[in-house]
Amino acid sequence: MSRAPLPYSSKILELFRNPKNLGKMEDATVSAVAGSPACGDMIVFHLKIDEDEVIEKASFESYGCAANIATASITTEMVKGKKLEDAWQISWKRIAEEVGGLPTVKVHCGILSVGAVRRAIREFYKRKGKKPDWLPDKVTFEEKQALEEEELAKVLSEKLTMILSRKDEGK
Amino acid sequence: MEGSVTFESVEKLIKAHEGIEREVYLDLENSSRVPSEIVKAMIPYFSEKAYGNPTVTHKPGWMAYETIQKASEQITGYIGAASIEEVNFVPGETEANNLALTGTALANRKKGNKIVLSEIEPLSILFSSEILEKYGFKVMRIPVDGEGFLNLEKLLDAIDKETILASVMLVNHEIGTIEPIKEAVEMVKEKNPQALFHTDASDAYGRIPISAEDLGVDLMTLSSYKILGPRGVGALYVREEVDVEKLLEGQMGTQKLWPGVENVPLIMGFLKASELAFKNFGKNVSQMRKSRDRLIDGILDRISETVLNGPKGERRAPDNVNISFLHCEGESLTIELSLRGVYVSSGSACTRLMLQPSHVLTAIGKEFEEAHGSLLMKTTPYHTDDEIEYALNQVPQAVKRLRDISPIKGEAV
Repeated sequence: MSRAPLPYSSKILELFRNPKNLGKMEDATVSAVAGSPACGDMIVFHLKIDEDEVIEKASFESYGCAANIATASITTEMVKGKKLEDAWQISWKRIAEEVGGLPTVKVHCGILSVGAVRRAIREFYKRKGKKPDWLPDKVTFEEKQALEEEELAKVLSEKLTMILSRKDEGK
Repeated sequence: MEGSVTFESVEKLIKAHEGIEREVYLDLENSSRVPSEIVKAMIPYFSEKAYGNPTVTHKPGWMAYETIQKASEQITGYIGAASIEEVNFVPGETEANNLALTGTALANRKKGNKIVLSEIEPLSILFSSEILEKYGFKVMRIPVDGEGFLNLEKLLDAIDKETILASVMLVNHEIGTIEPIKEAVEMVKEKNPQALFHTDASDAYGRIPISAEDLGVDLMTLSSYKILGPRGVGALYVREEVDVEKLLEGQMGTQKLWPGVENVPLIMGFLKASELAFKNFGKNVSQMRKSRDRLIDGILDRISETVLNGPKGERRAPDNVNISFLHCEGESLTIELSLRGVYVSSGSACTRLMLQPSHVLTAIGKEFEEAHGSLLMKTTPYHTDDEIEYALNQVPQAVKRLRDISPIKGEAV
């Protein structure tokens, strides 16, 4: 349970200090959440998507560490102006590269960002009632990771509550 | 791994701090900023005097021997031990705790196989106990209440004729709880007079009056850096007649539980730090407490949705500040504050390799979100009112910035 020495890249620190595309979006077409406060990592993405299925603008809100804020910020930059099909293809490795590398323990922050973008895209098509050919039926690795992180936090939380209630009984 | 970050980038992280107005170091939990008077006291012992090996028969060796004996004698007095034979210098709190737990368990294994601990012991105790478990010892971990106080009834329940050692910190390192050790020792010894009691007093030494004899403990850990001395030295008090097996082998010197050449300059730094702590004990403590209370009251007063972790007032160590900021993640907060020149640490999972929040905070019943949003600070007699005021002005701004980014909005902002 040692503390991680975190040699963040200067890009991460820069984006942590001055994140781009921060905040809620009043006219968002779709929004998606990944992570939870219990994981210590949570992001919300807002996308405005035009008639040609191009992401006109993107913004984010983050409860999380510096890597979480930085990867979310860079992701909004990367998806902006892209067709949904192309935005879907952005991998967490690309995101990690764009922020100048991620410490190993923070790779999951990049994955969470991709998970959130893909969730937003799925939600968009779900609402439209259509599914383009390129959209996989099965959840991808990144979406699954986001889900697993949320579930793990839930399980740990429940376990903790159980231990605490057992303790109370003992008092 | 692909795209991972090298340490070269740390240089740029440090550069990003250029132009900060001032610096206030409050992360005394994780390292000390050694005051110059302590550094000065150490310097002659590197190359001017007592630089010999205390076991060799020449003048520099005898000088080293004399220096170590005198240091042991003074520390014996500070902790209310009966003899200088009971003070053993070791490389630090981690080593002292490993020695206290594993060394005592091994030396006394014929008397029983049970070890009893609190759930909020430091990792050097908890992880040592896991190794002992692997080798057949039975370890019982006793719960604490919402403020970190040990459940004495459960402690007593856990003690039986198989118990060889109980270990509970005198002051908790994260939340400052002052544990009822004297009472706990009495209860344990009444039920099993053979059982030994160890306390890690690293966060108590120099903050609350300590007497090993009065507490009735058999072993006690002390750390140099926790009282502003240099890192790399500490001591384990072992009451005479108590058997402890050493964990390392090698050339033995003056320290019967730790082989290798004694580090006289570090021991002298530890001694100087102790002298300064005890010379004006009352004044130092009230100065620490004043700064502690200004930080606690100031933060709780100025920032909404904040929770103090651990007890209040006299039942809390005079230097400990541990506060959770809801809707705010701790690692981000430590970086945001660092960029403002205020250095603190957090119990957030994001600051740890295993991505698990502080075990102390979860043991006292804090929700994960509370642990992730916690900050730990410790005050010293050296902190000026101006420094505390500066920190107090920076914290609300840092919290506000991160809460503005956060999608989780409470009543705050």
